[in-house]
Amino acid sequence: MSLLAVENLSLEFRTRSGIVRALENVSLELPEGGSLGLVGESGSGKSVLSFAILGIQDAAARITAGRIRFAGQDLLANEGRAMKALRGRELAMIFQNPRVALNPIRQVGQQIEDVLRRHTDLRGKTLRARAIECLAEVRIPDPERRYAAYPFELSGGMCQRVMIAIALACRPRLLIADEPTTGLDVTTQAAIMRLIRDLGHEKGMATLLITHDLGLAREFCDKLAVMHAGHIVETGPTEAVFRTPAHPYAAQLTRATPVGQDRLENLAAIPGNLPDLRRTDLPACRFAERCERRADDCAIPLPRYEVGAGHTAFCHHPTRLEAA
Amino acid sequence: MLATILKRLLGAIPNLIGVIVVTFLLTRALPGDPAAFFAGPAGTAEAVEEIRVKLGLNKSLPEQFLLYVRDLSRGDWGNSLATGQSVLTELTTRLPASLELTLCGLVLAVVIAIPLGILAATRPGSWIDHLCRGIATAGVSLPTFFTGLLLAYIFYFLLGWAPSPLGRLDPYLSSPPTVTGFYLIDSLLVGDLDVFVGAAKQLILPAVTLALFVLAPLARMTRAAMLGVLSADFIRTARAAGLAPTTVLFTYAFRNALLPVMTTLGMVFSFLLGSNVLVEKVFAWPGIGSFAIEALVASDYAPVQGFVLTMALLYVFLNLAIDIAYGLVDPRMRIDQ
Repeated sequence: MSLLAVENLSLEFRTRSGIVRALENVSLELPEGGSLGLVGESGSGKSVLSFAILGIQDAAARITAGRIRFAGQDLLANEGRAMKALRGRELAMIFQNPRVALNPIRQVGQQIEDVLRRHTDLRGKTLRARAIECLAEVRIPDPERRYAAYPFELSGGMCQRVMIAIALACRPRLLIADEPTTGLDVTTQAAIMRLIRDLGHEKGMATLLITHDLGLAREFCDKLAVMHAGHIVETGPTEAVFRTPAHPYAAQLTRATPVGQDRLENLAAIPGNLPDLRRTDLPACRFAERCERRADDCAIPLPRYEVGAGHTAFCHHPTRLEAA
Repeated sequence: MLATILKRLLGAIPNLIGVIVVTFLLTRALPGDPAAFFAGPAGTAEAVEEIRVKLGLNKSLPEQFLLYVRDLSRGDWGNSLATGQSVLTELTTRLPASLELTLCGLVLAVVIAIPLGILAATRPGSWIDHLCRGIATAGVSLPTFFTGLLLAYIFYFLLGWAPSPLGRLDPYLSSPPTVTGFYLIDSLLVGDLDVFVGAAKQLILPAVTLALFVLAPLARMTRAAMLGVLSADFIRTARAAGLAPTTVLFTYAFRNALLPVMTTLGMVFSFLLGSNVLVEKVFAWPGIGSFAIEALVASDYAPVQGFVLTMALLYVFLNLAIDIAYGLVDPRMRIDQ
């Protein structure tokens, strides 16, 4: 059984300028200890989905259909009370721009203690000792001294390590990493990703990596889910999606990703923009208007197309035949 | 820390010199002749001239200024023409009255405005948000003398709940021995509950009047700062970590929202001290505001200069206190770094 299962989730924002259908019929699965990369361009709904999983979505957001199951429990039951009990303990999350994602006027050690105090019975000296241990676990040198540091005294990479320490303090079974390397320089990015992978392996923790960097997802994840405009358009084992992308969007996205010796001119940009999700006349396939393979039947509900073992695309005209 | 405070105080000296020069010139530039004023309408030209010589007003401006500075450096702030008392004594006996009133008004405002602002920020668009906006609008649009008169009319004249708005204490009670100059504290120090209750009763209406006036900027700033902080990334991190809503609201959000609130607090405090003249007038409060305005009307130079100098000193200490408080709240603002 999978650790996390999102089933046909739909979510909309009620705004003054209309209803934004930010997620529609989204399903994904993540096994215990597995790693799933959720990829797509900015605005495709990746973060909205991860916030919904944790139940920290915006007040204007409403989940209109679907279920989120975690270790067999329905997280949306009892108005999200099940989720509240697990958040921060079994499910944890780290964010982009670590320097602003930590409380600027609280010592980092205390911020770890806040989480430990909330979810464990540790108090006093043992609490402090455990907080320092958490800092050491994310390979922060000299953790006793760093305990009393404020975020503004640390580098971006150090702040991200602190955030990981906060997230992992209670040994969660699932870590959601939302663009964890955005805002960090390249060498720090690699170190942070290695740290997340190593800690995931050590503790048998599943990871949901949200990124627009396909190269990163390819290196890091066993499985991929490609999102476009609030739909998951293709999902499957990472290498399968890269080698034989079936959905035209996934195909173009993989072509737009530099691999090895690619030169800039060989990289294809994807034409057009995400459709306005407030529109009431959105076609069944939200990529149709940007798609070179568009046909009249793209307006009717999408079929499931099985590309291979565990590799699925949602498209009337998959690119399977030419791809291989 | 101590060295920094000292440095800050030394740094305030140029400001004080500026204040001394400007108030000296401004009082001289005021229309009206103090000598003529004190000679009275029946005074002859000789009498006026005599007073002028006695006050040293016949000397040139630079000479007068030098004499004023010499006196100041000896701790002599001059005498009030109207009361004949030394200005320093007058101010030190009146300052506690003003401070007690201002502080009570401020505390009252803080106790109401901050919870109101927090509630309004956590429930934007709700009735409490509208209430907050309504109070804020009413608070800034009603002048203090009007609310003061209105409160006195309702609670003293119509309902009879409040004592007559005449000063700090009922005339039948004797004021407590002066320790701090704050009647509320001094009466408790000698254990005189009657005087404490009496002083509190006199204090309520003027304090409420002041509170209503400063409630508005405080509540609005609290609401705005809380709204800003609540949408910050680190609040999302705290919520994702499953922290209790109260921890998120107070330990994380409110402490971060405190800086702009404190700035506003400092501003309204210094503003109140000088400008509660009207409230002091309405409630016959023997504070420095009413003292200064009487002196100003009489072209009585020494008290006006003394008043402005006192205010300047208060501002210096107030700003220092606020900077130290900033540092306590926000490690990025520690002044000794």
